[in-house]
Amino acid sequence: MKLVDHFATGLDAPICLTWELTYACNLACLHCLSSSGRRDPRELSTQECKAVIDELQRMQVFYVNIGGGEPTVRPDFWELVDYATAHQVGVKFSTNGVRIDRAAAERLAASDYVDVQVSLDGATAEVNDAVRGVGSFDLAVTALQHLQDAGFKDSKISVVCTRQNIGQLDLFKELADRFGATLRLTRLRPSGRGADVWDEMHPTMAQQRELYDWLVAHGEGVLTGDSFFHLSAFGSALPGLNLCGAGRVVCLIDPVGDVYACPFAIHDAFLAGNVRAAGFQEVWQRSELFAELRQPQSGGACSSCQHYDSCQGGCMAAKFFTGLPLDGPDPECVQGYGELALASGVREVPKPTGDHSHKGGVRGGPVALTLSTRRPDQLCEENPLAGLTI
Amino acid sequence: MLTLHPQVSVRPEPFGALLYHFGTRRLSFLKDRRLLEVVRRLDGATTVDDALSDVPVPDQAAFRSALATLEKTGMLQ
Repeated sequence: MKLVDHFATGLDAPICLTWELTYACNLACLHCLSSSGRRDPRELSTQECKAVIDELQRMQVFYVNIGGGEPTVRPDFWELVDYATAHQVGVKFSTNGVRIDRAAAERLAASDYVDVQVSLDGATAEVNDAVRGVGSFDLAVTALQHLQDAGFKDSKISVVCTRQNIGQLDLFKELADRFGATLRLTRLRPSGRGADVWDEMHPTMAQQRELYDWLVAHGEGVLTGDSFFHLSAFGSALPGLNLCGAGRVVCLIDPVGDVYACPFAIHDAFLAGNVRAAGFQEVWQRSELFAELRQPQSGGACSSCQHYDSCQGGCMAAKFFTGLPLDGPDPECVQGYGELALASGVREVPKPTGDHSHKGGVRGGPVALTLSTRRPDQLCEENPLAGLTI
Repeated sequence: MLTLHPQVSVRPEPFGALLYHFGTRRLSFLKDRRLLEVVRRLDGATTVDDALSDVPVPDQAAFRSALATLEKTGMLQ
C-alpha cells in the first residue's frame, strides 16, 4: 500500500486540523470562506476549548491551524494558545494583524511552538483593501513589522490567489522577503461569501497557468497548504501530498464545536458531528460522513481522463459550492472540463447553511463596486427604464 | 551518535510513523514500522550499526539512507 493510500483511507487522528475559534471579525472580506463577522452566542467556552485541546493531545494531533473570524479578538485567545503549546499541541494561527502589537509580537517571538500567518490579498493597499477593507493593508504590514522588530523568525504572509492579485506574485515575494517572512499562497474557494464573488475573482485559465509556472519555479520555498493540486494536471505534480485530505487527514472545528470535513466546507452536507456531544475523537473516528469519505472514491466523469491520477478530480468544496457533481471535474479543471460543466446544463448552487456576516457591513469595509454579486432574478428587479434613451 | 531532536514528536501509524518537528514545523513519514524501532533505539549512545543489527542486511542500505535524510532535516541530531 502506498503512503498516499493510507492517507486516503483515513488516519486514527488528523495530521493537523483547522479550528475557527470565533466567527467574530473586525473585517468583512468579500471572499470570507466562513462568512464571518458576528460572534455566535453559542461559541465554545474557554473550558470547552481546553477540553478539546486535551483530546488533541491524547490523539497526538501535532498542531492546529487556528483561524476564524479573527481569532485574536477572543478575550481568552492567548490563554488558549498557551494552554495548547503547554500540552504538546503546536499552534499556527491566521490573523489580519489587528491585535499584533509590539507586546504581542514579543510574546510570540519567545515561543518555539507558535507560528503566525498574516493575511494579505494584495501586495499593494489598492488591490488588498478593495477585497479586505480600507486600512487592512496597513494593519497587516504593521503587524509584520512588529513581528520582525521583535525578532520573530519566519512569519508567514498568507495570500488567497485571485484574478486581481495573480499579477502581483513577484511583489508578494518581495514583500515577504522584506519582512523575513515566508509566502503562503492558497486557492480561492467558492465557500462562504466566496460563493458570491467567485465568478469575478477566481483566476482565469491563463492566470492558473501563470500561477502553476510560478509555483514550479519557486518550489518548496513557497507554501501552498497543498491547495493547488488541481494544477498538477498541467504537468508534473507540485510539492505536497496532492490529495484531498477532507475527513481523511484534515478537518475543521468551527466556533460552536461543529466538525466539518474541511475548512472550505462549512455546510450541513459536510457536517460530521459536534465536539460538545461526544468529543472530537468520537466524531473523527465514528462519523458516518467521514467513513464515507474514507471509502475508495469514484472518479466519475473524470476517471477516463489521463490526468485523473495527478489531480484526483480536484477540490470537493469547489465543486459542491459551484453546483457541480462531486464525482465530476473541478470548476477550475485546467483541461477545461470544469468550464464546460459550468456552462452546460442547469446547476443548482447550494444555499448556504450558516452566515455570520456583519449586517450592513463594517466601517471602511470593502464595497463591491466592480464585483457585482449576482444578477437580478427577473428583469423587473432592475430599473425598468434602464437602457432606454429618452 | 544520533538521537531524536528533543522538539520532535513521534506518532506511530499502521504504515510506520509520523514525525513532527515543532521547531522547523516539518512533517516526515517513516514508511516502515521497523524503521520506527530503529529510530527509537537511537538514544545518543547506540551506534547506527547497533541500532540496525536486527534489520536484514538487504534492507539496511535503505534504512541508512532514511536515517541520513532524517539527520539532514534535523529530525535526528
